[in-house]
Amino acid sequence: MANIIVFCILAVVILGSAVLSVVTKRIMRAATFLLFVLFGIAGLYFLMDYTYLGAAQISIYAGGITILYIFAISMMSKRSLQGLVERLKGIRVVQGAIVALAGLAVVAFVYVKTEFLSSVKLDTITHVEVPMKQIGAALVGSDKYQYVLPFELISVFLLACIIGGVMIARKEDKK
Amino acid sequence: MIPVEFMLALSAILFFIGVFGFVTRRNLIAMLISIELVLNAVDLNFVVFNRYFYPAQFEGMFFTLFSIGVSAAETAVALAIIINVYRNYHSDQVNSIQNMKF
Repeated sequence: MANIIVFCILAVVILGSAVLSVVTKRIMRAATFLLFVLFGIAGLYFLMDYTYLGAAQISIYAGGITILYIFAISMMSKRSLQGLVERLKGIRVVQGAIVALAGLAVVAFVYVKTEFLSSVKLDTITHVEVPMKQIGAALVGSDKYQYVLPFELISVFLLACIIGGVMIARKEDKK
Repeated sequence: MIPVEFMLALSAILFFIGVFGFVTRRNLIAMLISIELVLNAVDLNFVVFNRYFYPAQFEGMFFTLFSIGVSAAETAVALAIIINVYRNYHSDQVNSIQNMKF
């Protein structure tokens, strides 16, 4: 019961912040509301006893990506972004709402019609936290259901992205 | 224990809020923020399916972990490109780069 209440609070925070983040006209506020959404999602991970995943979500998403957004917004001029009042065209809002509602209706229809969801038995699921030792062994093991290859791939990928980001964003020399 | 339908409904609504933002906004950073919402909804779906249907396995969890890492890289490169666009065009609207040349 307590879980349901916590979930409801988190859901209200997530959905409210997400809506505000896409409709607010000031870009700095959109980034701040995105931060609340990310914290809410991390709270859901904690609620499902994926503690490691929640910690990763907070440290990478909320700590890293949001700061990146804030810095990028601050690096652009005041006139363009910080005091930005974006003009939303009415026709485009209507188009977006139609697309989103149509997609949501399709997904809701699939969820209602499918038998798959009712196959879950809530009583049999015991929420046990994944042991840290198991996560570590799975991350750097090379057997079946172990993930050393994506782990190494993502390290090289992050390095390539750092180099690419520096290459793209640096000021070019005046020749 | 939270019913699985609640979780899936939450992530579906979050996904389509992101889609709405992506279609509606014409500011590059706002569009990127909408993409982050979509990515978070998908991550949540992975974790929920992992936890509720295959609780003995961890594929969904690790997929979400790697997805978080990849989205961090994607954001860094996208923001670098946006800063570069802003520097060259003094504008951050998508229609300012429709010619893709200086």
